[in-house]
Formats: sequence, C-alpha cells, structure tokens
Amino acid sequence: MNRWILTTALAFALAAGAPAAEAKNTLRWSSQGDALTADPHAQNEGPTNSFNLTVHEPLLYRNRDMKLEPALALTWKAINPTTWEFKLRQGVTFHDGSKFTAEDVVFSFKRAQMPSSDHRNSLDTIADVKKVDDYTVHFVTKAPNPILPNQITQIAVMSKAWAEKNKVEKPQDYKNKEETYAVRNAMGTGPFKIVRRDPGIETVLARNAAWWGWKTAQGGGNVDEIVYKPIKNNATRMAALLSGEIDFVLDPPVQDLDRIKRDPKLKVLEIAQDRSIFLGMDQGRAELRYSDIKGKNPFADKRVRQAMNLAIDRDTIKRVVMRGLSAPAGLVTAPAINGYTKELDTPTKANVDAAKKLLADAGYPQGFSTKLDCPNDRYNNDEQICQAVVGMLGKIGVKVQLDSQSKTLHFPKIQKRDTDFYLLGWGVPTFDSHYVFNFLYQSKGSWNATGYKSDNLDKLTADMAGEIDAAKRNALIAAAWKQAKDDVVYLPLHHQVIAWAMAKKVDMPILMNDQPQFRYAKIAAAPAKKNN
Amino acid sequence: MLAFVVNRLLQAVGVMLVVALVAFVISNYIGDPINNMVGQDATHEDRARMRTELGLDDPAPVQFGRFIAEGLRGNFGISYQLKRPVSTLIAERLPATLELVLVAAVIALAGGVVGGVYTGLRRNAMSSRAIMTVSLVGVSLPTFVIGILLIYGFAVLPKSCVEGMHLFGRMLLTCAEVGAIALPSFGRGDTVELGSWTSGLLTADGWRHLVLPGITLSLFNLTLILRLVRSEMLEVLRTDYIKFARARGLSNRAVNFGHALKNTLVPVITVAGIQIGSLIAFSTITETVFQWPGMGLLFIQSVQFADVPIMTAYLVMAALIFVIINFTVDVLYAAIDPRLRSDRAGTARA
Repeated sequence: MNRWILTTALAFALAAGAPAAEAKNTLRWSSQGDALTADPHAQNEGPTNSFNLTVHEPLLYRNRDMKLEPALALTWKAINPTTWEFKLRQGVTFHDGSKFTAEDVVFSFKRAQMPSSDHRNSLDTIADVKKVDDYTVHFVTKAPNPILPNQITQIAVMSKAWAEKNKVEKPQDYKNKEETYAVRNAMGTGPFKIVRRDPGIETVLARNAAWWGWKTAQGGGNVDEIVYKPIKNNATRMAALLSGEIDFVLDPPVQDLDRIKRDPKLKVLEIAQDRSIFLGMDQGRAELRYSDIKGKNPFADKRVRQAMNLAIDRDTIKRVVMRGLSAPAGLVTAPAINGYTKELDTPTKANVDAAKKLLADAGYPQGFSTKLDCPNDRYNNDEQICQAVVGMLGKIGVKVQLDSQSKTLHFPKIQKRDTDFYLLGWGVPTFDSHYVFNFLYQSKGSWNATGYKSDNLDKLTADMAGEIDAAKRNALIAAAWKQAKDDVVYLPLHHQVIAWAMAKKVDMPILMNDQPQFRYAKIAAAPAKKNN
Repeated sequence: MLAFVVNRLLQAVGVMLVVALVAFVISNYIGDPINNMVGQDATHEDRARMRTELGLDDPAPVQFGRFIAEGLRGNFGISYQLKRPVSTLIAERLPATLELVLVAAVIALAGGVVGGVYTGLRRNAMSSRAIMTVSLVGVSLPTFVIGILLIYGFAVLPKSCVEGMHLFGRMLLTCAEVGAIALPSFGRGDTVELGSWTSGLLTADGWRHLVLPGITLSLFNLTLILRLVRSEMLEVLRTDYIKFARARGLSNRAVNFGHALKNTLVPVITVAGIQIGSLIAFSTITETVFQWPGMGLLFIQSVQFADVPIMTAYLVMAALIFVIINFTVDVLYAAIDPRLRSDRAGTARA
C-alpha cells in the first residue's frame, strides 16, 4: 500500500510541476459549503469571496485588525471630492506570467459593475474608472464618497486578456443556460493558483512563488499547497479533524469546541465577528397582523420596545444558548467598525420588574401576543436564541408564538415586510457604520422591515455618505447611533463570536470577517514521525 | 404480451407525470432561492429582475409546462447554486453513487446469503443466535448512527491512540499498527477517469474510502436478505423433496446448496432487485455522513439552497429508476410466469 501512496503522490507532484524530493507544506482544510463559483464578480457571498480573493487580489487588503493595507494598489488618496487616485504596484504578474497593469483594474471594475455582477451595489457610487497611465487609476464618483477604499476590498482584479480570450467579459447571468469558462477557471495575481477544481468535492491550490507579497507584512506564510474538501455533515467534519485527515476547520460546531480544546494536537481560535444578531419589530404599521391587540400597534409605543429590551437576559443567552460564544450587545454594530463605541454598546441589564412597569404604563398590563419569525439554518444557534427570547418575553406577559423556518423562507418574509417581529443578523463588509444605517435604519433601507422612519436619521445617513472630512463625518455617525439607540429601533442581542479549529502545527490568525487568509498561514515542520 | 408491455409502459408514463407534478409543487414551497443567489446588499429591483429572469413570477401552470417541455429534452436548466447545467452535474455525480451502490449490494448479497444459509442450517447454534441478535441492530439502528459509529471506531479512535494504551486489549497492538488499520472518514479518495466515468474501484485509496460507506449503506439490506434467506431455508428444508433427496442418500452439500438454496433464491432476487433501486435513490443519508460526492449529497445541498432545478431533476430521476426497475421486473415475471399473462387475460374478460 505504501507503494501505492508513493506512486500517487509522485504522480501528483509531477502533474503539479513541483520540484520533487522537497517536502511540501500542504494545508488540508474543510468547511460546510464550497465557494459557489470561481467567477470573482458573479456572487457576493462570504465563502465565495474568500476563495476568489485567494486566487485573485483586490486593490486593498484588510490586515489582521481589518485596517486597509496595500495590495495591488500601493497608495490611494482623494485628489478632489469626487476622484480617488490609486497608484498601482509595479512588476506584478498574473498566474500565466502576463503583466498586471491599469487596464486590468479598469476592466475588472467595469465588469463588477455590470448588471449580472452581484458586487455592483457596493460600487454604485462609482461613475467611471479611468486609466491615467499604466500604473495609475482614477475612480470618479457620482457624489463625494469618503469610504470608497472600504468598499472595494472584496473586488477581485482579473486578467483582461484572459477574460477576453475565454469570452468571460461578463459575469454569468441566469439567462445564459451554459456554464461559462469562469465558473471553474480563474486568472488572478493572488498568492495561490488553481491546480484543480472540482466544485463541492475537492479544490487544490498551489503556492504562487512569483507573488510579490511573500516577504512582506501582507504575506509571510509557508504553505505550498492548499487542499480544500467541503464536508457538510458536522460530525463527519469533526471526525476528519480529530483523525488528522484535515488540518483546519473553518466552522466547527459550537458543541464540539470543548472536545477540540482537550485534544493535545488541536487548538481553537475565537474572535468577535463583524456580525450582530438582533430582533426587529414592525413599529410602522397601524395594526399588527399576528397579535391579539386590534386597532393599535403595541410596537409603535417606545415603552413597549424598552420593556422588551429589559426583559431579554443577554448574559443567559451567552452562557446557556451560545456556550460562551457571543459578546452581548447594546448596538447593532460590532467593535472594529468605524463609528462603534464601547459606551453605546453596553448591553441593557435584564430587569423584569422595570419591564413589567413600562409595559403597564404603555397600557398593556396583561401583555399581548405576537409572532416571532426566526431562521433555523443561518446564524449560530439561531433557533435556540429565539426559543430563549420567547421564554424571557413570556416573563413580562408578552406571549410569543415562535415560527422558525429555513432561511429560504425566512428572508423573503423580511423583504416583503410580511413579519411583525423577526430575528436578523447583519455583517458589515465595509467596516463602516454607514452600511448599517443605509440598509437597516433609513426609511427606504432594503432590509429595514421595522417601518421606522425618521427624517433626521435619513438625513444623517445621506450626509455621512458624502462627508469627506473624517472628523465631521464621525460626528454625524455618532449622532445617528445615539438616535438609533434612544429610539430602540432594534433589540440588539449579541455580536456573533466565531471559532476556527486547527491542528497545533498550523499558525494562521483568525480574522473577524471569517475569511481565512492563507497568505499568512505557516505550518510548523513536523516532528520526527513516530506513527506510520 | 405486446398489450401487456404497452399497458405497463402507459402506467409508467402516468407515474412519471405525477412525480414530476409533485416535484414541481414541492419546489414551489421550499422557499425563495433569490436570497441565496445574491449578496445581502442587492436592491429590491435586482431581486425582482432576477425573479423575472428565472421565470419565477409566471403562473404555476406555465412554469410546469415549461418544466415538462424542457425535461423531456433532458434539459433541467442550470443549477442556481453551482451555475452549471443540471444534467452535467448529475452525470458527474452518478458514477460515485453507482459504485457505492454496487459495493453495498455485493456486500449485502454475499453477507446476506452466506449468513442466511449458515443460520438456517444451524439454527440452534450459539453463533447463529449471535448473528441474529447482531442483525437486529442492523435493522433497527438508523443509517447515520451506524455511519458515525463506524467513523468513530475506524477513523478517529485508531488515530487518537496513545502509546501503551491498547485498543484491542490483549492483542497489544502498537500505535503504528493501529494507525495502519485506520480508514478515511470521508470522501472518495483517488479516482481514475475512464472517459466520462470516474472510478474509485481502480485505486487502493479508492477502495479504502469505499469500506465504511459501503458497509453503512449495505447493513440494512444485508440483514434483510439474511433474515429472508434464513426463513426461506427453514421453510424449504421442511419440504418433502428435501426429505426425498436425503432419502436418496445425496450428500448434505448437494441437498443444502444444490436443492435448498436454489429454491430460496427466487424471492431473494425479487427483493434484492427492488432494494437496489432504493439503494440508488436513498443513498442520500450515507452520502451525507461520509461526504460521498454522489447524487444524494448533491440533492441534500440543493434542498438547503432551494436549488429547484437540481431538486426536481433528482426526484424525477429517482422515480425513473424505480419505474424502470419495476417495469423490467413486471415484464420479466410475465415472461417467466405464464400465469400472470393468463390472469390478466382472465380479468380483462370478466
């Protein structure tokens, strides 16, 4: 059998064109779901972006603390209120050896703005992308946009010549019934290149030795090969980690973390994610659809919302439901996001008596009934969180009927505004508060199902989008957060804490956007082997 | 005979249409795929546009008509999740499922027949009683529990071996020896491409990956066949012709295998045939537990994504497999057993 393994390994080594004899650092890892496509602009989804940005690169990276740092762009500055100038890195090559220039940047951003691109909404402030010279690009925005650099960290730059050659100048749309070449192939400048991709089964990436960043702060890793195999079943994924068949699991099940920590060969890393979990209440309509109170809307009364806020015991949810993996929140935005303040994020302490009194003052001494819509396959322990909330609200007389469903049924309810009371989580890819206000608080926000409408907050949101002066802008954000918190628009529960599990020999920092950066990954030399 | 075949064919078409309708109706209630297909910052207009592009806004009868028309041409559309044609995806995943089913069927048949004959011949021996008790476990434990127990026992435990603490008690294996018997817990291992077929049966690694899922998938059918063969054997051994055979002085071997076993096999083959259909269609759970890249896993992934094209295609295909197997069995019966034909003729006259 050893001979078999040796022959196969040798065959692979030859196929990959790797120098033989030398020991390879292979990182084998797994998660629940594979990237949906290798086309970097067709899908804006966590695992997909994460995969595509390993093969491609953005203009700007986020470092371990989510601060911007140079990637394909070396410097960036606003040269007038509506123009950002990016100076590009020279001497960078694509995986096929061709030179990276401003042409590729212009092409990629135009591609990402096409109707069939899923990234176009994060670029909707951009009017034009212009090449000034081979290594200078100007982004012209429709209105002043102070956070443009924050909005482009997920936009991958692909090779223009390659895209034209393979007829993938456009991201795939669903009218096209064929598979496009870009679904399984890619041409980027990233630290790793695709060797083989079998979606949903196995993806093998090899180190791009020519990558500019290996010796810089952006790199530093020593991984030669990444083998990714998705494993859907939680128990099987854990078994594969425990048996040493894989070295890293992106999404270990919460209930298994203690066991992993006890294993002498494994470790667990934890960090508060940029995603906050909260409850929304429809406070805009005249009468609730799913309540015994007719003719008026209890959620419209701020005292009712405050009472519910006081009824929820976030520490208990953390301890019992989340097994410690949550950071109780007072704000629908997580640390590290611009505009976050520790002071506003102080969670409300549970106080049942005060809650009952507020409810009585509001005219509901006996409470009322309502229905809570909850997803059961989207966030960590989402359904159990809702069950806990139902019990806690029951203590103050708010009788909640729980309706937990798959995300495929839950999210449409929020978008069609067919829900009175719901649980939602919100991540902030731009790491700026504007993203939260724009979608969740402003009256036309596409995920604002609360019916909350405040002209002042709408104006603050519009103003912070265009204010170039950082100090003034931060003052606007602070004012907006104060109002949002005072009005009790949402009931924040916690910031989700994520955990990664890996073999002790792997050294890779956990990142709060849940996107592993293999350019940092180091594998310690294996100690003299005792077994096999 | 021709009328019989035509009649069965028409029935088969009817069944397929009903299944297609059910698959279609279910897919309308599974939820909205749009949210899985776009990022959270997509606008309402984007979502509406996509819904129109996919034809999700058309009236249900129009959608169903389109689904049937396209399905007849073997075109089940493009997967929402993987963005590749569904027919290609299924064709790619089919070999993995069929190979797993083949291995499971061989294990079930071989183990079932051998075990059934053994327990039938020595029905009072302790070993037979032990086999029967263990087989009860095979029937009653759910597949995923068996799978996870096997993974734990053969993939995780051997690797968490600590030197000096021995897994098999007095056998005193060293950790190296224990590690050598460890089996992979997931996936298909190395495969060889033969045209459009990928095979794991041609590599040692592929076989090692097949062991645990193969056993898991086969266990239920193994016990079923074992119990069937045993009871048939007990039945047949009591019949007169066996007594006559013994009276004629035939050897035990000739009686047991030449006469008894042969006569027990007719019902066994019937059951086994139908069970193979269900192995293909319902290997879903085994495939999920072992991350076996077959059609069942594809189906489960598509349900969570509300990937309607894959779901409907899979359901229709599972139905097709059953219909074909049943149709073949029916026709074979009619060919073998003239009574079936005359019975039909009789009822037609009545």
